[in-house]
Amino acid sequence: MLYLLSQLGFSFIAAAGFGVLFNAPRRALIHCGTVGMIGWIFYIILADAGVDPVVASFVGSFMVALVGHIMAKRFRMPMIIFSVAGIIPLVPGGLAYNTMRQIAENDYLAAIPLAAKAFMISGAIAMGLVFAEVIMQVVMNIIKRASNNVKREVS
Amino acid sequence: MTKEMTERETEKILEVCLLAGRIMMEGGAETYRVEDTMTRIAASYGIKETHSFVTPTGIIVSLQGDNPTRLVRINSRTTDLEKVAQVNQISRKIAAGELSVQEAHQSLIQLEESHLLFPISYQILAAALVSGSFLIMFKGVWTDFLPAMIAGGLGYSGLLLIQHYTRVKFFAEFFASLIIGLVALAMVTIGFGMELDKIIIGSVMPLVPGLLITNAVRDLMVGHFVSGLSKGAEALFTAFAIGAGVAVVFL
Repeated sequence: MLYLLSQLGFSFIAAAGFGVLFNAPRRALIHCGTVGMIGWIFYIILADAGVDPVVASFVGSFMVALVGHIMAKRFRMPMIIFSVAGIIPLVPGGLAYNTMRQIAENDYLAAIPLAAKAFMISGAIAMGLVFAEVIMQVVMNIIKRASNNVKREVS
Repeated sequence: MTKEMTERETEKILEVCLLAGRIMMEGGAETYRVEDTMTRIAASYGIKETHSFVTPTGIIVSLQGDNPTRLVRINSRTTDLEKVAQVNQISRKIAAGELSVQEAHQSLIQLEESHLLFPISYQILAAALVSGSFLIMFKGVWTDFLPAMIAGGLGYSGLLLIQHYTRVKFFAEFFASLIIGLVALAMVTIGFGMELDKIIIGSVMPLVPGLLITNAVRDLMVGHFVSGLSKGAEALFTAFAIGAGVAVVFL
């Protein structure tokens, strides 16, 4: 329980901190932190349950992008402000570091699988982003059509 | 007479489009958003057809009619989301018909010259906090929290300092990660820190080109191949610079 709480708290701080580094608008910092926290908590719960990190990253980035889109609509700001800070915790920094370290130590055979994994995870993150965007578009279209139908019926 | 006037008018619209596009691209906006914003601005001023070609190093815009096509070069790319948001707001105002071409141009120039970054002390503090948080998120031990904060903060200050003197981004990144590696190694050697790997991974995070990597793959997926590949190359270079800096410590 304490573990989950600390993960929640620190992912919030990390994402909000990245908001500062990326110079996000001041009033959006708390939202940045929230988005990052939501994405990370989905990732960490899945990863701890033994789900493949590629799948966990996909789910995490999907949630980040979904919440990011909703906030972008709500606050009328570009969606990138909310998603970027939230995505960062999912980026396979540790894997990339280990790859580089193996290469530096001339152990290329150990580096290749790590590099492939890092590439797969970044691909999964991008997939999550694009999927969430497509789903949002479809949902928005349906809502628009529905409200148009309602208007037509009223008039 | 009227023809000359409209020509000058479209010239001005083109300028507004290019300026908006450049500020956004320099602030780290996505390729499609830049194209979309420029098309929308032109459309709000009554130009129905706009073709644009946006890459991370330059923007080419062509408006409908017989005006010349124009190109701007993008030299520096940072992440300044506040500016992206402000251009977005200006373009919303333009679409709502609240700004004339002249006013839009004025406010964009004002925005370009303004300095909206957080104070440097805030940035360094944020980098330190981010480093410490990542250490915990990557399941490091609690006693390493402070060492990671120190290494991350020092590394980021090094990055800002060297970026101030040189425009070679990769050198600054290399040097920053070298500082992180050395500080972390020193702290582990004197017994202040425990796990060298975790401390380094945590404190390197503020430098990691996460935005570039995801933007690159995203651009590739939606078909902006030129942007995707060049952003990917930039991300790869940055990752390599960081890795090389840390690797020097292990040699």
